Amino acid sequence: MSEITAPEGALPVGSVDHRASGWYGMLCFIVTEGALFGYLLFAYFYNAVQLSPSWSPEPHPSFAFALPATIVMLLSSSALWVAQQGLYRRVELQHRAGLAVGIVLGLVFIAIELLEWKSKPFGLTDGLYSSLYFTITGIDLVHLAVAIIGVAAVFAWSLLGYVDARRDAPTIIMAAYWHFVTVVWLAIFLTFYVSPYLR
Amino acid sequence: MTFERVPVTGTASPDFRERLARIWETRPGLLGWISSVDHKEIGIRYIVTAFIFLALGGIEALIMRLQLARPNQTLLTPEQYDQLFSTHGMTMIFLYAMPILSGFSNYLWPLLLGARDMAFPRVNALSYWLYVAAGVFMYTGFAIGAGPNDGWFNYVPYANKEYNPGLNMDFYALGMIFLGISTTVGAVNFVVTFLRLRAPGMSINRVPVMIWGTLTASAANILVVPSVSLAFFLLWLDRNFGTHFFDVSKGGQPLLWQHLFWMFAHPWVYAIVLPAMGMVSDALPVFCRRPLVGYTAVVLSTLATMTLGFGVWVHHMFATGLPTLALSFFSGVSIIIAIPSAVAVFAWTLTIWLGRPVITTAFLFFSSMIVLFVIGGVSGFMTGSVPVDWQLTDTYFVVAHIHYVLIGINLFPVLGGLYFWFPKFTGRLLNEKLGMASFWTAFIGFNVAFLPMHLTGLLGMPRRVYTYQAHMGWDTLNMITSIGAFVFASGVLLTFVNVLASLRRGAIAGPNPWDAPTLEWSVPSPPPPYNFAVLPTVASRHPLWEQRLGEAHGASSIEQGFILDHQRETIGTTVLDSEPDVILKMPFDSPAPFVLTLGVSAIFAGLLIPSHLWPLAVVGCIVAIAAILIWLWPEPVLGQTVEPVR
Repeated sequence: MSEITAPEGALPVGSVDHRASGWYGMLCFIVTEGALFGYLLFAYFYNAVQLSPSWSPEPHPSFAFALPATIVMLLSSSALWVAQQGLYRRVELQHRAGLAVGIVLGLVFIAIELLEWKSKPFGLTDGLYSSLYFTITGIDLVHLAVAIIGVAAVFAWSLLGYVDARRDAPTIIMAAYWHFVTVVWLAIFLTFYVSPYLR
Repeated sequence: MTFERVPVTGTASPDFRERLARIWETRPGLLGWISSVDHKEIGIRYIVTAFIFLALGGIEALIMRLQLARPNQTLLTPEQYDQLFSTHGMTMIFLYAMPILSGFSNYLWPLLLGARDMAFPRVNALSYWLYVAAGVFMYTGFAIGAGPNDGWFNYVPYANKEYNPGLNMDFYALGMIFLGISTTVGAVNFVVTFLRLRAPGMSINRVPVMIWGTLTASAANILVVPSVSLAFFLLWLDRNFGTHFFDVSKGGQPLLWQHLFWMFAHPWVYAIVLPAMGMVSDALPVFCRRPLVGYTAVVLSTLATMTLGFGVWVHHMFATGLPTLALSFFSGVSIIIAIPSAVAVFAWTLTIWLGRPVITTAFLFFSSMIVLFVIGGVSGFMTGSVPVDWQLTDTYFVVAHIHYVLIGINLFPVLGGLYFWFPKFTGRLLNEKLGMASFWTAFIGFNVAFLPMHLTGLLGMPRRVYTYQAHMGWDTLNMITSIGAFVFASGVLLTFVNVLASLRRGAIAGPNPWDAPTLEWSVPSPPPPYNFAVLPTVASRHPLWEQRLGEAHGASSIEQGFILDHQRETIGTTVLDSEPDVILKMPFDSPAPFVLTLGVSAIFAGLLIPSHLWPLAVVGCIVAIAAILIWLWPEPVLGQTVEPVR
């Protein structure tokens, strides 16, 4: 192990696949962002376990918006997965189509959530629960917006011919972030919509 | 012209060095200065800026000590005193203690690891500019009379708008989120650099201890900085948008603040000492003329200390009425953490015992740190016990403890590190006579100031009072502390004088004045912009000592290695074994980090809601997004597009 000689063969040059520094940077970024949502949900449960059920103006929040939103979010992650497979298989059309569908589904998710915000009988300042609800879902929406801007940039770079199977790092990195945002939404969904049934 | 290349191995000729220097050097002029991504340049800037904040925080402390020297003084009003002690805490803990270690680490990491720069040189620049901007932001509040006034841990409900209507808390809350971005991106850079940029052959059991210290602290920061950023964000929402996170009348819970704050702040305390302890573990053995005793135990205990450090935050909240079970658990962990913390103490002591100590200024700072660490550790151990803490909480005993820990395990190693690495930074040695005078003045002054303070606390004097009545038994003790504080400050000042004098007149150091074993001493002092003309390969923990230690399997290769000279390049290696994995293209200088910082600064200024500057936030957002896109836009010469690179 210790006798280092010149490597057997050639080494890749620049940003490639999971050897790109950006990939490691994204993993760290996901950890710190994941911690942020951990603390947000901690704030929810810290209150939920200490206060009587009446702390929430809606003891069992409706699934009417949240369930379709969850399905859309899962579909958007699938689209990013399809895009990445297209990249690996060198089918540029599949790559781009997957990115585009992912972006559209991300926008649909934001629209559904904004409609749900409108439908709520309470606002940001009405109480502790409503402050938590709007802050946590709001921060999630901001993260999704960042993911959409990032994937849109990758889509543009693909159209410009910067990115393909040989320079795949941007797609791999942004897809990982997107999947992270999906996992965050699932955690929020379980917290706000499912966990009240477990009381 | 392909996507792959066999890296050429060779030795460095003078012509080759000149070519590398042209590739790596920062352009002259203002644009060059704000665009520089050289980790050495950034490291020095970090160190200088952090020392400026140290001086500011020190002056604030001395003013407070004048006020407290005698009972019933009226030098300061209560509000002025509140802002001074809060700003002093904010400055020392957030704007000095961590950034100074980031400075040393930024400068030293690539040199210790045998790399040409950090993994993300531009992120490095960004982290520095954000730090400066956040510091200026928070001090702007202080300058207009709106500094923090609720202590550095800023408890609600006093921090709520109802009780604190000015801009004070808004500046502090936004400033801490601002600084948190800088800390986080800097921490990510350290972690990725550790994973990917170690020299070929530097498997994880050959990494200098300082690297482990900074790595551990960075990993912790990645996990805990979001907690305090969130706490301050929620406070900012409560204050400006009428949410109810900490508002008791609407069901909000003030204790949530304390949890979120201390879940961050206790690990932070370890984050601002572990890298400094790592500096001692690397540098003290050089003056003992032998390797550190118990490398593996020291590294593992560093990791164990940090891991346990995540589970002790409630010991700051023993007096808040939490259930006994919670108190018992956190008290237990707080006491157990003494075990891994003590491992390093025994390792250092044994290293001195078994070595042949050379008494230099650096050695004195390092070895005295062991003593101060033990005193601070024992007082921490005492307050880890719940009944003792109930007696001592919010008294000067706790103030004495925190100063033994932070000055003892941060400032003393840092000053020692300055004497040790200054020759590497500048090519000149610091003056030893002045150094000795500085050490003894600082060491005696520090102990005169803070040792009696334990007694002040035991006699019941509460912390954070702007004055006190005479004849409580505190008069003499406070006078002694004030005198000690001024002596201590003049000791530190002597080192500043030493730095200024030695910059011009210090003895020329040469590449390795201390005959030290690690890679940074294999390059000239100061190092050239490219660090290593050929990338070294290491075969042991002490590449420059392995002949006499005979510990290497094979031999390290310093003179011969990869030459990598197609634009800025360094070698990326595998995570555990450090085998060559990829040729990394390193970015050229760019003003993007500086512009992004301007954008972010505008955003934060705009978020000071009561000042009606919100259009700034909009402009800032546009500038920031544009700067990020330009920064990340794939560039052919950096091997980021499908165009083949040379």
